Amino acid sequence: MRSRLYPVFKYTMIALWACFVAGPFFWAMTTSFKDVNGVQGGATYLPWLQYEPTVVGWRNIFGGAGGVDVMRPFFNSAVVTVAASAVSLVLGSLAAYALSRYRFKLGFIKNSDIVFFFVSQRIMPPVVLVIPFFYLLQWTGLLDTVLGLVIVTVALLLPIAVWVMVDFFNGIPREIDEMAMLDGCGPFQTFVRAILPNSLPGLTVAAMFCVVFGWNDFFFAFRLTFTEVQTLPQAVVALNSSIPPWWTLSAAALFGVAPLILLALRVERYLSKGNLSGAVR
Amino acid sequence: MNLSATDLCLTVDGVDHLKDVSATFVPGRLHAVIGRTMAGKTTLLRVLAGLQGVDSGALTRQGADFLKTPVWRRDTAMVYQQFINYPHLDVFDNVAFPLKRAGLARDEIRRRVTDSLARVGLADFERRKPSQLSGGQQQRVALARALARGTGILLLDEPLANLDYKLREQLRDEFRTLFSDQGDTVVIYTTTEPAEAMMLGDVVLVMHEGRILQTGSPQEVFERPATTTVASIINDPPMNIFTGRIGSGQVTVAGFQATHVSAHLADLPDGTYRFGLRATDVGLASAGVEGEVTFVEISGSETFVHVAVGETPFVVQIEGIHDVALGDLVKLRLRPERLFAFDEEGTLQRTPSYDLTSVEGR
Repeated sequence: MRSRLYPVFKYTMIALWACFVAGPFFWAMTTSFKDVNGVQGGATYLPWLQYEPTVVGWRNIFGGAGGVDVMRPFFNSAVVTVAASAVSLVLGSLAAYALSRYRFKLGFIKNSDIVFFFVSQRIMPPVVLVIPFFYLLQWTGLLDTVLGLVIVTVALLLPIAVWVMVDFFNGIPREIDEMAMLDGCGPFQTFVRAILPNSLPGLTVAAMFCVVFGWNDFFFAFRLTFTEVQTLPQAVVALNSSIPPWWTLSAAALFGVAPLILLALRVERYLSKGNLSGAVR
Repeated sequence: MNLSATDLCLTVDGVDHLKDVSATFVPGRLHAVIGRTMAGKTTLLRVLAGLQGVDSGALTRQGADFLKTPVWRRDTAMVYQQFINYPHLDVFDNVAFPLKRAGLARDEIRRRVTDSLARVGLADFERRKPSQLSGGQQQRVALARALARGTGILLLDEPLANLDYKLREQLRDEFRTLFSDQGDTVVIYTTTEPAEAMMLGDVVLVMHEGRILQTGSPQEVFERPATTTVASIINDPPMNIFTGRIGSGQVTVAGFQATHVSAHLADLPDGTYRFGLRATDVGLASAGVEGEVTFVEISGSETFVHVAVGETPFVVQIEGIHDVALGDLVKLRLRPERLFAFDEEGTLQRTPSYDLTSVEGR
């Protein structure tokens, strides 16, 4: 049934997709090693042959003259992402475990409604949320602070964590909970000693989603912080002045995605092994 | 130390899972709960373990209300039908888990784990993960964990049901030794297999549709099944149950002269009865009750011939391989001295007395 041309077709499609995905990275990479002359000379790709590579863009982002310092925004982004992801994972797994194992009923509201309520936070356009968040942070004096941004980011990440973990816990046989209880564990010990240790694949996926969403958030940081706190996406966008220094911008952008690429490479081991089968269904 | 259940009832979606279940479970004895699938056996164990509530009824242990005791304080171990172990722990840590929770000393834990793994024949598997073991081995791990704790109550929910035939027989034999010395432990074992209940049980409880139909020693239940339902549950293949008439010294079944009335039925007034007869006590003969062969099973050493007499199915167990074809008309010989007689509601009236066999032979 499958023609001999099938592998050719398959690999062509894969190659095209790879180009499509990797293209922008390659573009940014070459641009980051150019200077004014290299950029204005038209589309060039090959260093030394078509343009003279320089590291001026990279020097600029690490505090070189005429550039910006990305280390502080990078640090802010890291703190916000890691803290918000950690809090979301802890709260999210607790909530998800409760939603998976216990039955809640409040009038017509049942477990599935509560799960949907969590997920609906992500269905809503962010613009709808940002105004209430602004007033809340203003009211609590947390506007333009790392803590304020962490709290808002938790609100963004928690639904993802709950959603992924509810699904994952539903896949763990109840009998394991029951056995742990028979073996002397109270409800909390059951969760900590019998369920969590078996939830590593689920936690990994949830953590990955949280970190990616947290790290990439521009909109909320942009609206809720101004001068004191700046995250990496903000810093990159701030470089986009009337005559953008493309080489610096490219270097900053690459520097910004680097952590996610490293993370993806580490987690890929799980993804390719199928260890996550059942983690996200 | 007794565990006493009184009138336990549980109805789910209009179906009785437990109906007026009363029983006393005694330490040091193995209680075999036998019943078909959905009889309420698992529900009963789950209620005893505290994993399932009831609508009404009482459960007491040492005089205290056991229903109010949370699962983790019930001093109960359970072995599930589906080999449940902690996937993230190796064999040693699986068995050690409840011991650690109980706060035992390290040396004591090591001693008990090693000891109980040796008892179930898994001494060399301490560092394997459950997923690296066969089904039978996984069930042994679960068993070792339950045994290591030395709990006051040990529940086994059809522990052999998901194993293959060979392993089931082997483990069943091992169980006899494992459970022979249970000290102060109340052991409750559910099964669908009469042979398991008979071999392992000190006490047999027959369950059907959420009720306990009969409680007694294996011999008692086997020889004096209280109702036709018990008779059919406790025999494998199920006892043949059929309607017949006693009149002028003859038993008539479906219009056929089946057999004469044996001595143990002699004092029954003439009338309609339900009769029970084990598959081994029915034979194929040249005269008797006529029926059509619907199915033939050959196990090798035995042949099971399924025969329809009118609407009533019979199973005939005969030794050796017999060449009987589907659709054949055969005649059944019923051994008169082995007939169980029940009234029309299915309550036991007369039971064959085994020492009568010789008398009949004359």
